[in-house]
Amino acid sequence: MAAEEVSLSGHIQHHLTNAKMCSTDTGLAFNKACSDSGFWTWHIDTLAWSIGLGLLFLWVFKSAASKATLGVPGKWQCFIEMVVEFVDLNVKDTFHGKSKLIAPLALTIFVWVFLMNLMDLIPVDFLPALAGFIGSSAFGMDSHDVYMKIVPTTDINLTAALAIGVFLLMIGYSIKIKGIKGFIAELTLHPFSSDNKLVQVLLIPFNLLLETIALVAKPFSLALRLFGNLYAGELIFILIGAVGLMQLPLHFIWAIFHILVIVLQAFVFMMLTIVYLSMASSDNH
Amino acid sequence: MELVLGLKYIAVALLIGFGAIGTAIGFGNMGGKFLEACARQPDLAPSLQVKMFILAGLIDAVAMIGVGIAMVLLFVL
Repeated sequence: MAAEEVSLSGHIQHHLTNAKMCSTDTGLAFNKACSDSGFWTWHIDTLAWSIGLGLLFLWVFKSAASKATLGVPGKWQCFIEMVVEFVDLNVKDTFHGKSKLIAPLALTIFVWVFLMNLMDLIPVDFLPALAGFIGSSAFGMDSHDVYMKIVPTTDINLTAALAIGVFLLMIGYSIKIKGIKGFIAELTLHPFSSDNKLVQVLLIPFNLLLETIALVAKPFSLALRLFGNLYAGELIFILIGAVGLMQLPLHFIWAIFHILVIVLQAFVFMMLTIVYLSMASSDNH
Repeated sequence: MELVLGLKYIAVALLIGFGAIGTAIGFGNMGGKFLEACARQPDLAPSLQVKMFILAGLIDAVAMIGVGIAMVLLFVL
């Protein structure tokens, strides 16, 4: 990376630091100047890579859809159709209501999370070192001060944002399908209910506590599951990358194992989104 | 300071080790049951496989979160 030796933990730290941007009194500031800027710090590498991959997904699927033929389909069209049908099948199996949103949402989440996870398979030093090289040769920065974390899902801010989006949809669907009354009733009259009105009233705070915890735990587990898996995987890649020439076979083995994790986590995120939304929009508890 | 460092390593070992025990038991149970069910009802195997992978992701998650926290403790903090 740079000419002088860096310590192992410094190297790992460098890999795990996002490129930050924040606004200060003198205008926009980057990286180290942002260390104490608090909440309003933007992780520009996470934002750029995730938005870029989202646009890539949209472009690929749109071009495949506009080129689709009824005649003999090409390999690429077959592949896209397989993905769409796979998601469609899972949505139909799990979600029994009527909704125009769920299937496209599931497809977007699946492919987008998959693409973001796939960045993990690019050699760990390649893009950060490239960014460091560009930063040092084109902008005259020290290449140690150029940060680049290319896997957006190893940034907890992104996974939490995805989970919050799903959470808001869950609440929105609950209110839309069951009404505000139904939503509140679901939170307060389950799981313990009684025919006696007085007992029922006494049980409300207890039910509210249990159901609120169950509701809030969902986005937390969604966000932390994706983040934890990818973060641990990325860290092991970085560690393997630090052992010298022996890293090649080790990388190969871990990458093969990691392919499973990448697809599985995208799939689990999609599946749980569908399950949560179908729970939110089913009338009978 | 050395005591703190030693305690940190023990914490990391506990985080990774106990997480691994949990997933190992979970995967063992689930994989065994899955194979058993497939042997009894081969028709159901595809739909069971999808469900098994969802559950695999769920079982994996807690342990992996533990590994992630352990790695942060070990290398970042």
